Amino acid sequence: MNAMLSKNTWDIVVIGGGNAALCAAITASEAGARVLILESAPKTYRGGNSRHTRNFRCMHRGPLSVLTGSYGEDEYFDDLMLVTKGKTDEPLARLAIRSSEDCLPWMEAHGVRFQPSLSGTLSLSRTNAFFLGGGKALVNAYYNTAEDLGVTVAYDAEMTHVHLDGDRVTHLDARIGGETHRIAARAAVLASGGFQSDLDWLTRAWGPAAANFLIRGTPYNRGVVLRDMLDQGCESVGDPTQCHAVAIDGRAPKFDGGIVTRLDCVPFSVVVNRDGERFYDEGEDVWPKRYAIWGRLVAAQPDQVGYAIIDAKSIDLFMPSVFPPNRADTIEELGTQMGLDGARLAATVAAFNAACRPGTFHPTELDRLATVGLSPAKTNWARPLDTPPYYGYQLRPGVTFTYLGLKVSDSAQVHTAQGPVRNLWAAGEIMAGSILGQGYLAGFGMTIGTVFGRIAGREAAAHVN
Amino acid sequence: MSIDVIAEARRQTEICNACRYCEGFCSVFPALTRNKAFADGDITHLANLCHNCRGCYYSCQYTAPHEFALNFPAALAEVRQESWERHAWPRPFARLFHESGVAIAVVLVAGFALILGMLQTLHSGGGSGFYAYLAHGAMVALFLPAFLLPLASVAVSLRGYWQEIGGGSLRWRDLLGAGRSAARLKNLDGGQGQGCNFEQGDRYSDRRRWLHQTVLYGFLLCFAATSSGTVLHYAFDMQAPYGFFSLPKLLGVPGGILLTVGCAGLAWLKTQADPALGAVRVWGGEMAFVLLLGATGATGLALYLASGTAAVPVLLTIHLGTVLAFFLLLPFSKMVHGFYRFATLVAEEQKKAAVRDAQARP
Ligand SMILES: Cc1cc2nc3c(=O)[nH]c(=O)nc-3n(C[C@H](O)[C@H](O)[C@H](O)COP(=O)(O)OP(=O)(O)OC[C@H]3O[C@@H](n4cnc5c(N)ncnc54)[C@H](O)[C@@H]3O)c2cc1C
Ligand code: SF4
Ligand code: SF4
Repeated sequence: MNAMLSKNTWDIVVIGGGNAALCAAITASEAGARVLILESAPKTYRGGNSRHTRNFRCMHRGPLSVLTGSYGEDEYFDDLMLVTKGKTDEPLARLAIRSSEDCLPWMEAHGVRFQPSLSGTLSLSRTNAFFLGGGKALVNAYYNTAEDLGVTVAYDAEMTHVHLDGDRVTHLDARIGGETHRIAARAAVLASGGFQSDLDWLTRAWGPAAANFLIRGTPYNRGVVLRDMLDQGCESVGDPTQCHAVAIDGRAPKFDGGIVTRLDCVPFSVVVNRDGERFYDEGEDVWPKRYAIWGRLVAAQPDQVGYAIIDAKSIDLFMPSVFPPNRADTIEELGTQMGLDGARLAATVAAFNAACRPGTFHPTELDRLATVGLSPAKTNWARPLDTPPYYGYQLRPGVTFTYLGLKVSDSAQVHTAQGPVRNLWAAGEIMAGSILGQGYLAGFGMTIGTVFGRIAGREAAAHVN
Repeated sequence: MSIDVIAEARRQTEICNACRYCEGFCSVFPALTRNKAFADGDITHLANLCHNCRGCYYSCQYTAPHEFALNFPAALAEVRQESWERHAWPRPFARLFHESGVAIAVVLVAGFALILGMLQTLHSGGGSGFYAYLAHGAMVALFLPAFLLPLASVAVSLRGYWQEIGGGSLRWRDLLGAGRSAARLKNLDGGQGQGCNFEQGDRYSDRRRWLHQTVLYGFLLCFAATSSGTVLHYAFDMQAPYGFFSLPKLLGVPGGILLTVGCAGLAWLKTQADPALGAVRVWGGEMAFVLLLGATGATGLALYLASGTAAVPVLLTIHLGTVLAFFLLLPFSKMVHGFYRFATLVAEEQKKAAVRDAQARP
């Protein structure tokens, strides 16, 4: 197998084995190209962060498959502007949004199945189409489709270097089974994700605190390809020092904890840091609009850790956690159990309780039940913690992706300062920084990967045909 | 009760409850989202709702080598299997036959021997057809208890099971709802008609559903054929053997064909699927059971085709011995899944109704 990989000249080599890579490989193969996929993960871990996803965000003019109502281009774009605060390339963003509508039928035709919005996520039933079985089922379907089309897949195959000669890629180096192979290709598509799993790079970019971050997705997205391309003068976009981090369960594994490590309890909690002090308004807004901010907030606390404390009144108000919470009959005992100064925590909670006011509590809407005379205030859902047992969850920042990426044209082509690289395209997370310069819009990562993966596959196939 | 298998299934259930990506595959996931904490009976109930389609294994991002090591189909299969053995009565038989194909074969051979012995000693004075070989009275004396006692045993088991999973008093609408799901094997369709991830790994296929349905209807037809024969015998004084255009044959011949073909197909599927996604220790017992069930159909057909030839006594021995073994093993073999599964579907209807009623109350 390995000898076969280097003996051939491939029409197109696709680097990466997630959603963007598979969409590119399938599209190119359907256009008649001979395609090789290099996936750095072993087969059991194939599919990158795409394995962890649950839905993609899709424009639609009327009910479409599992999507209800309609979701037009302008509303979609406004939602994007809201989270990115304008840091987006408007033509590319609009291209992604407009193309998302035909993605859904294309995905279905290539084996992806959808299911109605998951329980607890009804608010997304209009905008986001959920994959039956989640992202791994999607990835499996695409691998099967690719196999049926005759695409060759090499696992445990990490691309280490792209050889550029002027404005062309000549060949690639890849480490497969411990050896470096030279792979000849007439065109290449880079779809290898971000660099968040290279902890040294993350630490250089963010500072020493990054050592305590958890990585929510695959350990294989180490940015090897991105680094190699930047070193060879390819143009970049996105803030090189930033990553998207959310507050997750502090007991999650270092890598690949995925969706189950999320914790939705913060709005109903009192959140303290290592020293037992509150540091931010837990009830500023509904959780889907705040979970990303909390990643940064916790990252800024000593030891990058937070503790969310609730009482028995709130335990059923949010999705179950993957690990059971700490539990005790008094706040002090709970604090000691969690390694905090129990008396200090009890004092913080007593001060909080004293600042709560009577009023009507509404878990699903902004209820304006706010503390009085407390700093920082809690501006919604502020109910005293007075009903044992008390529960506690440890919070840590969990990194979803990094923002730095390759700048591409509207045909997904990679550029150097001298102009386009004639036979090189990029899709997915590795170029998403062009569109998502800041923040995140749920389900947009898969949309970007699908849209630009298909464009890259189409353009690369047109180039070699 | 085996704490280990339930504890392991509970661990995995809690991970699924925090994830829910597999919600659309089957009724297990919507059922588990009703709870935040799971009592042993809840886990047993979920396990018996699962039909091992494996969709949730192949789509799971947390399967080994991931440290969460999800293998939900296997975890539930272990609990399910253990629940059948725990409630089996008399209990010592359960594990033996569930696990061991050899033990099933021994019962089969004993069945042959018993029938052979009866043929040699009790052949009738003057009966015709099969009854020329074995008197009708002797046949009834053997098969009536061999049919009723196992059913009584299953009834005892189900009562214990029903208590464990918290079933309530029976209502028509629950029975009807469960019957509708069972008749269409609705839950085997993978949620959208794509079927299971069984013999083709992560590719869907609905062969398992079709073959299972073939077996189910084949079995019911054979059962109806036998019942119609009994009615003809007692109510109309018409004696076996019956011609082709008689109710027992019109039901029995297609039934036998369906049963034989379906079981052969299911046995083949089983050799193709990954044993590690089921209860590994009962693989042999399950396989032997499928073959035994298929053999009841195949030997019945052979007997019919051989009618009037010298092969009849041998084939009659084999067929009756097979049927006898099948009935006797009913409470202690995979066959019992049908009873548990139906009871579980009824309980699930009740539990869903309870949630609806609670929501309807102001
Ligand atoms: C827990 C979690 C949940 C998410 N949920 C959603 C969601 O519901 N909806 C959504 O739209 N987005 C979601 N996202 C974001 C989404 O995962 C990404 O936007 C998307 O998967 C990116 O796809 P991709 O193909 O570019 O990268 P990936 O899917 O990460 O694929 C990158 C691939 O490249 C391979 N690779 C890396 N380096 C090399 C190399 N040097 N050589 C060869 N191969 C290499 C990797 O092994 C991997 O297969 C989620 C992310 C996480 C972490
Ligand atoms: S089996 Fe895996 S993917 Fe499916 S719900 Fe459970 S944890 Fe999630
Ligand atoms: S194996 Fe199939 S039936 Fe069983 S829980 Fe998983 S998806 Fe549901």
